[in-house]
Parts: sequence; C-alpha cells; structure tokens
Amino acid sequence: MSSENRAPHADPGLVYPPTPLDAIDAQLAGRLLGVALSTGGEHADLYFEYQSASDFSFEEQRVRTVGRAITLGLGVRVVRGEATGYAYTEELSEERMLEAARTASQIAAQGKPTAPVALTATKLPSFYPVGELSSARAGEDKVALLRRADAAARAFDSRIIRVEAGFVEAWSDVLVISSEGVMARDRQPMVRLAVSAVAEEKGKRQTGRSGTAKRRGLDLFDESGATPEDHGREAARLAVAMLHAEEAPAGPMEVVLAAGESGILLHEAVGHGLEADFNRKQTSNYSGQLGKQVASPLCTVIDDATMASARGSINVDDEGTPGGRNVLIENGVLVGYMQDRISARHFGTKPTGNGRRESFRQPPLPRMTNTMLAAGNDDPEDIIRSVARGVYAKRFSGGQVNISNGDFVFSLTESYLIENGKLTAPLRGVNLIGNGPEVLRNVTMVGHDFELSDGTWTCGKDGQSVPVGIGTPTVKISQITVGGTRT
Amino acid sequence: MSTHDGKRVAADPRSCQDLAEHMLTFALRAGADGAEVLVRDGAELQVKVRKATPELVKEAGSRGLGLRVVKDARAAVTYTSDFASRAMQKFAEESVALCGLAEPDPWAALPDREEMARATPELDLWDESVLSLDVGQAIAHAKSGEAAAMGFDPRVTNSDGASFSRGIGAVAFATSAGFSASYRGSNVSLVVHPVCDDTDGKKRNGYYWTSSRFVSALEPSEQVGLEAARRTVAKLGSRKLATCQVPAVFSPESARSLLGQFAGLISGGAVWRKGSYLADREGTAVASPLISIVDDPLLPRAPGSRPFDGEGLAVRPNVVVSEGVLRTFLCDVYAARKLGRKSTASAGRGLGGGPHVTTSNFILRPGKLSAKEVANVEQGLLVTELMGFGFNPVTGDFSQGAAGFWIEKGEVAYPVSEVTISVNFDDLWKGIDAVGNDLDTRSSVQAPSLRVARVTVAGS
Repeated sequence: MSSENRAPHADPGLVYPPTPLDAIDAQLAGRLLGVALSTGGEHADLYFEYQSASDFSFEEQRVRTVGRAITLGLGVRVVRGEATGYAYTEELSEERMLEAARTASQIAAQGKPTAPVALTATKLPSFYPVGELSSARAGEDKVALLRRADAAARAFDSRIIRVEAGFVEAWSDVLVISSEGVMARDRQPMVRLAVSAVAEEKGKRQTGRSGTAKRRGLDLFDESGATPEDHGREAARLAVAMLHAEEAPAGPMEVVLAAGESGILLHEAVGHGLEADFNRKQTSNYSGQLGKQVASPLCTVIDDATMASARGSINVDDEGTPGGRNVLIENGVLVGYMQDRISARHFGTKPTGNGRRESFRQPPLPRMTNTMLAAGNDDPEDIIRSVARGVYAKRFSGGQVNISNGDFVFSLTESYLIENGKLTAPLRGVNLIGNGPEVLRNVTMVGHDFELSDGTWTCGKDGQSVPVGIGTPTVKISQITVGGTRT
Repeated sequence: MSTHDGKRVAADPRSCQDLAEHMLTFALRAGADGAEVLVRDGAELQVKVRKATPELVKEAGSRGLGLRVVKDARAAVTYTSDFASRAMQKFAEESVALCGLAEPDPWAALPDREEMARATPELDLWDESVLSLDVGQAIAHAKSGEAAAMGFDPRVTNSDGASFSRGIGAVAFATSAGFSASYRGSNVSLVVHPVCDDTDGKKRNGYYWTSSRFVSALEPSEQVGLEAARRTVAKLGSRKLATCQVPAVFSPESARSLLGQFAGLISGGAVWRKGSYLADREGTAVASPLISIVDDPLLPRAPGSRPFDGEGLAVRPNVVVSEGVLRTFLCDVYAARKLGRKSTASAGRGLGGGPHVTTSNFILRPGKLSAKEVANVEQGLLVTELMGFGFNPVTGDFSQGAAGFWIEKGEVAYPVSEVTISVNFDDLWKGIDAVGNDLDTRSSVQAPSLRVARVTVAGS
C-alpha cells in the first residue's frame, strides 16, 4: 500500500458530531462497574457504542434506495476465571444499564465484591485520522460516485448488460471502560464502494466485482486506483474476461498467488489457527507449537492493526488494549498468538490488542486486524517464469478454514493457467483446498512486491463479523490441490 | 405511548404492533405516500459450557424498528431502536426527507391493497415453556450433552464446548397498504462440539445439534452428545483421495447446503437481475425428474413458518420444482413487477433493509429409498460437509471443499478430507439418480440424502 500524504491529525471532537456517549462519565461508569463486580467477578468491562450508517444502492442507472441506521447500546461483561457473563441494553437509562450489569454479574455467584480501580482516560494512537467525515458531505456527492462507477462500467464494453453499485458510510463512537481503570474512547470511520457488472455474449453470462473499503473520508475516491471509474472498469473487465474462461484442471499443482488479495491464504491457512482462544483450548492445529518451525523459513506473518487507514486497523481493541503490530510467524517459526484478555491471562502474557467484537451485543474474541505475509526477495516475474505448468491466482471471493485440522479452502474468481512460465488461458471459478501448515511449508518463493488488498473484506467467527485487511507479495506454492473439472 | 414502561414484557406482540402503528402514523403525517413498519422485540439466553464449566452466560433483550417510506416513487429504508415518542416522530420526518436522495422508481410503490393478507393464520410457533428455562437448566442441558460426548469413546480427547440457547421474539408489521398484524415465536437449541486427536497429529472436530420451536421436541441432550461424538470419531484416519470422477452421495446436511444455493437461483431478485443461470428457464427441466421442491410458510411448528410475508401479503405454499420442472420463481412485489407477474408472497424483511425474496420452509420432497440404499454404489464419495464459497450463480460453476467417506460396494470404507468436488450445478441437479426418505427437518431448508451420478473429485 502506498503511503500518501494525509490531512494533519484533526481533533476528533471537531470532525465527529456529538453522541449520547458524551454523557457517560467516570462516576456513572464506576457505579456500573461496582454492580458488575458485586458478586465476585475478577474483571468487568463496559462497551458503549454509537454507530451512524448510511447506504445508497444504485441499479438500472438510478438510486434505488437510500438507507440510514443509528444504533446505540451498552454491553457489560463480567469475567471470572475463563467464564464470561454478558448482557446488553439498547436503552442507556441508568436503570437499564444497572440491570445489564446485574445480569452479567450472575456468572460469579458466590464471591466477595471486587473494587474497581480509579478510571483514567487512556491515550490512544491515531491510525485513521479523517479531515472530513463522509457523512458531513451532501448526499448528492455520494450519488455522484455511484453514477461515475456505473457509467465507467457500462462504457467499458458493449457486452456489459447490467451494473450495480453500492456505497456505505459508517462511523462508530466507542467507549471501553474496564475495572482495571481503562477508559478508552475511539471514533472509527469507514467508507465502502462496491461495483458489480454482468457481461453477456451469445447467451453466456459472467459477472465481475470490484470494491474498496477503508477508514477514510470521501477523499479516498479522488486517488488514482481508487476512483469510482477504476472500480467500475475493473468489475466490467473481470466480467468480460471471464466470458472466455476455460475449465480449470483438477489435482495437485504449482500455484502462484498474486500480490494483494491472495493474502486470504494467510488469513485462512494460519490466521484463524493463531487466534489464542483456540490454542488455549487446544483445539487449533497450532496448539503447543510456539517456538517451533511451522512454515517455510521464507514466511514471516504479521497481524498489524497500525496500517494507515486500512480496513482492519484499530486504535484500540474492544476491550481497551491499544491496537498493535504483532509478529506471529518469524522466518517460519511460530512466535506468538493473537491474544484477547482472557487468553493472555491463561498464557501469562499481555493482550495484543486483538480482542474484537461485532457490536455491543457480543463479547469480544481474539480476532485478526490486517493479516499479511511480509515481502521476500524474489522478483514476481521470475516467480511466474519458474512454473512449467500451474495456476496463477489473482482474485478471490472468499475462504474458509477448519481450525482443528487446518484444512482450508479459498475460491478464485480470476485465475490463469501458467504454461512454460507464461500466463495463458483464463480459468473458470475454481476452489483451492489445502492444509494450513502443509501449504506454508510448501512456500518456495516470496516476491518483493508486498501489497495490502484494499478490498471489502469481512471475517466471520462465532456468528460475529468484523472488518479485516489482508495482504501478501507474490508467492509460489510448490503444491496445492486445484479443484477444477479437467482430470 | 410511554416507552419508559419499567418492567416491559419481552416479545409482546400487541405492544410491538402498537409501536408499529404509531410509527406508521408519524410517517404518513411526515408526508410519506406509503409506509411500512416492522418492529421486532426479542430476548435471548445463551450458555456455553466447556469441560463441564460454564464459559459464557449471555442474556439480553433487544428491540428495533425498520421503516420503509415511499414519497413521489422514491424509497428510503431506515432503522432505529429509540422508542421515545419524540424521537420516533423525528425519525419518521428524517426518513421521509431521505427519500429526496433516491430517484423515482416506478416499481417502488407499496403492494396493492387487494394483495394484502386478511387474516393471520395460527401456526403454533410459540411454546410458553421456553420462558421457564432458566440459566441453571440451560447449563444442565449443555453439560449433559458434552458429558455424553466425552464419555462416548476414549478417543474423544477434547471439547470445543456445548451451547444451549433459547430465544423468543415478537414480530409486528403495519403498512399503509392496509394491513397490521403481529405474532410471536420461540426457539430452543443445543449443539455439542467434541474434538479428537488423530494419529497424524491433526485434530478432528465434529458436531451435532438439535433445534425446535418447542422444548418438548428437542432431542435429548445425551443423544445429541453421543451423535456428535459418533460423527467426530468416524473422521479419525481421514485421508485424501486420488483425483477421480465418481458418483457422489450427499448426506441430508450437505444436500441442504446444495438446496440453499439452489434457492438463490430461483429468487425473483436474482432472476430479473440476470444473476441466475436459471433466469430464462421457467417451465423447463432444471433437475432430475426425481426432484420436487416446495416452499411452504404454513407448516405448523416449523422453523421457517410465517403467517404473512415481509410486505404483509397472505402466504401460501409455492411448488417451485415439480418432477424436475421449474414451475415458478419466488417473488416479492418488486421482483414480480419487474417480471410482469404477481408476487408469490415470498418477501422477507429484516430490520436493517427493505423487503427482499426469502424462502420460508424450503423443502426438497423426500423419496422412497433409505440412506443406505442411496449410498449403494460400487465406488463413490459420501459427502457430509461442504466448505467455502465456490459457486457462481450466473454460470453454475460449482467447486467446493468437501469431506466425508469413501464408499466401496455400498459400505463406508474410510473417512476422506481435503478434497474438492467440482461439477456444473445444472449437471449436478439433472444428474441426481436417487433421493432418500431421510428428510432432515431441523432447519428451514430441508433435504434428504441425494445421489449424483458423476462429479470430479480433486485430491492428491
């Protein structure tokens, strides 16, 4: 990812409108924490959240619907040992908040009250300053983005028969207060633009998608590569390119992963398995592997919440730990897990800032932020040239992993056959399947062309969705199973 | 209406309907030509037990309102959870103002009055005894499920826990098209997740679950645990297959996944957008003659039942596929207008968005063969799990991760994992040559065992 000049760090109070969270003070929080800990809980936290979101959907060359949602609530968590009591309320009256605190406290039914410590405002980093919120701009400005994306996609090729575009803007005001004295408030912006196109030729149809989501304002879409036209054309290009795609081969073969969104491999193959809760419970195939060689020495895997304005970046996690940059695998050796508070306590280590939740309705879990493979030394062209017969994987729709045995899949939406070191035929949508540790041992070349995907990635775990980032340089894997139809 | 009503009753349909009608009045007063209001009020209890110790006890109630307003053929969709009277009024005014950003859409109008439901059929979706299940009982159910799994076989070495949940919810819908109604439903479920250590150093996990609207219809906790353990132990020694083309037998669980993906293809929304390879195939064969599929919202006690649809239309069973022939797409009012027909009353509606086509109880009619008979192939792959997103509804390209068992002469030979199955979806449905009698009725998408004559299995 390029590091453009950004607007100087503005005071969030000047950019963001007031919210009901302004009324939450240390005295009130102290009363709630007192009730939460009244039955002997060891830790309690309060998670206040206000979110304002708007969306615009565009199809058949018109803005079809405009949507808006305001959510507000408090989640109360009480922890005793590795057990969690949880309750939430959407009404921030003191009566309702106290009721939630009492409900959550029931997890610790027999203990003596624990006294919370004095609260102090936590100083946070600022990884996603915005000069102007998207929501502060006129609705017409967002409609204009959609119109431009639509026009560019339709103008790309006469075979484009349909275009849809959507824009979402959201910002959250979150306040995390814990019985250890943390009082951290963060404002988290996000804008998202996505375009899809359908191409048709002689009765055959194909689709293509392109989009971006970042913690930015509308100025994102002025940048080269991120304009609505760029995404419109890319969606159209994919749809047209896939019209003539061939059936993919079936069986194990060499695969070259393109820089950028192939990072989904890291997310599925190792990322989930390195979330500390699975390792604490010994249900991950990486349990008990700390300090061991779990990947090719070419692999350094990092989870980095600090990347400027990236979709997965966080100034603070949802239990009050500042976001950080955590090396998980260094030159193939497993050096750390992604920790939330409960797991860190189990491992006798510090939380790494990976305790995240979908909303105030859910307790936090160890989650990824921006997960990536660090750049290596190989030239990306050399990597492709080194393959006699294989698959070049460029764009993906998603992936899934079984944490316990490490088997994972990801689905290619754009890929090409490699024959004698050259990209040849485009291939129809195909699935790749592998085993996390095996595939990482099979990494034989790593490019110097690291790229963070700017895509609209969302990760699901235990029914909770959170925004994440993925990234990788060009990578060669000596063997992975390609799920085509040609045997 | 007062919203500071102290100990308000959770999931009370009448008070939800009052709120919905109240908001409808505000929206019309604010200048909307038409308005639809959905109010949902629910309460949940979820407990998770791991290694006989409670890991999570979560209890909360939640209430929200979704509004769709149309003014000058422009539509806006909004959400709030603030039920103070003044806030509701302001919300209605802002929602109507938002319509100005949308553009005129001749199909956006509310349904015609004559399409609206006139009655709310009683579908027996509410079990009062769900309310009396307390935290202690929930923990006891989860514990006994997990204990049964752990005791099933010494090779069950770990647990990813057992979860017991109960939920209650009221739904109210009021529309200026002339309909206002409400109902409530309940649900209870238990899932158990055992883990085994395999000899190759891998772990094998599995699960089994039970779910119902009625406490009395749940499978006993011990049985759930035992079945979860049986399924997990059966995966020990899983291996890859050599790449091959063979018949595939889909268990009711994996067949359900196929059926869920099929549901997306016959959705009117995907059809008018040309986002389905079946878009031009109504009235033609889209599956083997052994396949009949119905979407039935009126089944008493069923998980996907609803007395009216998301736009307030009277619901009815829709035969989607009859002996392999595609009889109808499922439509909401918008899709129906785009396709020049009447809605099949298949609109769903969430708090966060406008109406869209959803299935209710989407059921592949069971056949006559036992599961054993369906699996009676010389050689083939029994697929019990599918993984990933490898399906393109526009082309029918289907390529997903799979796990299950290798079958030799009709008998399970050994467990299989880390393979991919690939086949064009159209060929898959047309190639079904056996349908089981073992319909799995636990969820709102219901399928029996299916056998497909030929798929490509990519392995080692």
